[in-house]
Amino acid sequence: MKRIYIKEEYCMGCRLCEIHCLVAHSKSKKIIKAYKEEFPRALPRLIVEQKGPFSFALQCRHCEDAPCIKACLTGAMHREKKTGIVSCNQDKCIGCWMCIMVCPFGVILRDIKEKKVATKCDLCPDEDIPVCVAKCPNEALVYEEK
Amino acid sequence: MKLSFLYPEFQVIRDESKCIQCEVCVRQCAFGVHTYDKDEKKVTSDNLKCVGCHRCATLCPTQALIISRYPQDFRENYNWRKDVIRDIFKQSESGGVLLTSMGCDKEYPIYWDKLLLDASQVTNPSIDPLREPMELRTYLGNKPEKLEFSVKNNSQATVNYKLLTKLSPQLELETPIMFSAMSYGSISYNVCLALAQAAKILGIYYNTGEGGLHKDLYKFGKNTIVQVASGRFGVHSDYLNVAAAIEIKIGQGAKPGIGGHLPGEKVSKEISETRMIPEGTDAISPAPHHDIYSIEDLSQLIFALKEATCYTKPIIVKIAAVHNSASIASGMVRAGADIIALDGVRGGTGAAPTRIRDNVGIPIELALASVDERLRKEGIRHRASIVIAGGIRNSADVVKAIALGADAVYIATSALIACGCHLCQKCYTGKCNWGIATQDPYLMKRINPDIATERLVNLIHAWSLEIKEMLGGMGINAIESLRGNRLRLRGIGLTDTELKLLGVKPAGESL
Repeated sequence: MKRIYIKEEYCMGCRLCEIHCLVAHSKSKKIIKAYKEEFPRALPRLIVEQKGPFSFALQCRHCEDAPCIKACLTGAMHREKKTGIVSCNQDKCIGCWMCIMVCPFGVILRDIKEKKVATKCDLCPDEDIPVCVAKCPNEALVYEEK
Repeated sequence: MKLSFLYPEFQVIRDESKCIQCEVCVRQCAFGVHTYDKDEKKVTSDNLKCVGCHRCATLCPTQALIISRYPQDFRENYNWRKDVIRDIFKQSESGGVLLTSMGCDKEYPIYWDKLLLDASQVTNPSIDPLREPMELRTYLGNKPEKLEFSVKNNSQATVNYKLLTKLSPQLELETPIMFSAMSYGSISYNVCLALAQAAKILGIYYNTGEGGLHKDLYKFGKNTIVQVASGRFGVHSDYLNVAAAIEIKIGQGAKPGIGGHLPGEKVSKEISETRMIPEGTDAISPAPHHDIYSIEDLSQLIFALKEATCYTKPIIVKIAAVHNSASIASGMVRAGADIIALDGVRGGTGAAPTRIRDNVGIPIELALASVDERLRKEGIRHRASIVIAGGIRNSADVVKAIALGADAVYIATSALIACGCHLCQKCYTGKCNWGIATQDPYLMKRINPDIATERLVNLIHAWSLEIKEMLGGMGINAIESLRGNRLRLRGIGLTDTELKLLGVKPAGESL
């Protein structure tokens, strides 16, 4: 399956990936509205790690042997058969955060604004390329099959 | 703190209805213009720190930023212009020499804009470069006076010719454009890599400048011109032998008469290894080569380098365009230079004293015309190719330069603009927000060499296509046929003296 790969050496820590991820997961999908009018504000599905000059954006790796799926009590965290994406069914999620505990990358985030659920990268199912990759100004993220 | 009389040069206009407080501008500005106020939950900007590099405005995801000139000018008049007043304020505060970067930005005439090209009509058909072959390939180096062959008749049907004349080493260019000297140190490693990769793809050459050649870039040796400057940084046998040509830098258009200075803060481990100097020490190039005080001395260095490379590489000698360029160039050719490079007053730099950059040297167009003319008159034009540099902005400048007598052009500022440079002229601070003229590991990452390579390749491809179009319009199918063909140029708005110096007729005058 196609995955997002990180080129750490070109990540400049601008966080545009995070901003556009938030917009892509907002109700209006419009950047100014998503930030200024939608409350609670949508959450970005990735994290940007940074220390000094070292930085990179990290999303769910969609592990082949995903510990979050094994750890999920309700079966909310599952693998989509068609695409292979690890996805969270938010109706089933009870917000026990076991997935967060076991995720080796720390890329599952808590969405406590509405219903308490786990939220994570869905590889932007409506787009050809995930927005974080498409909007990275320095091509520090690539979306490809290796 | 004493009161500063300086106003900001730029103002940051933030459209609050669009700003989403995402802080991209805060993270992108190395000059610390933007800050996020946690209490007010708002990004604010300090105009005084802004250098006008437009990094924030380009990256802003909502186009909420406009960087404009600060509307409050000094109380200027015709003689005491605002830049004059600003410089006096700056120097009365700092007590130092004013530094700047990039090329001279003063209002001297740009002769390229006062030259017009010819086109074919009726009597001499123009050529469509999309339908017919068009040759841009250029060879640089010493050309033989004549060619001698031996002719052997094997039979009545076949004749074998053998070239007896020994040819000098030549640089082969797919298009008459090369990347001019920019040292590793003045620009970041990623930009050096992009230039090298682009040169390889394009079949042209890039120039290392005086900063030595990084060990990882030796693999691009076939497309590299290495420089030997007055500081001799990073010069050793492998460095000379890996290259396609060696350039002796006598002068630079941005700062004729003075040497370069790379501050110790920029001399990182990698740079110290490449330049072969201790880490953290200033890299100061002396103003002259201490072993060159005459044409004879220059000749010794040229032949020392030829000996060191077994006469396999052309030697370039680069000088700044100054008042006596023509006679100096004649001496250089006689000293054994295979290629002479002329760098005009608009030539860029990573750092130069403002007064030198803006007041020393002559426009490259005039220097080129006089050098080409002089070498022709002396009958030695074939012994060296002429490469010019300093403010070549587009393909029309290239075509005009070739018609004036150049064999090829060097571009550097245009190449950097292609990579993202916005000409803020702050290279000397080492804080380049575009990741070009910096060694800061945080800022350097902003140049992805693959993107920069693609942009450079696109630029040169585009220029080459335009050059072909212009040649076709003139009914010429090889760049060789345009070289020094000043009859295809006409001057507009020039004085008789300027026309005479350029060797062109005024617009409206026919053959």
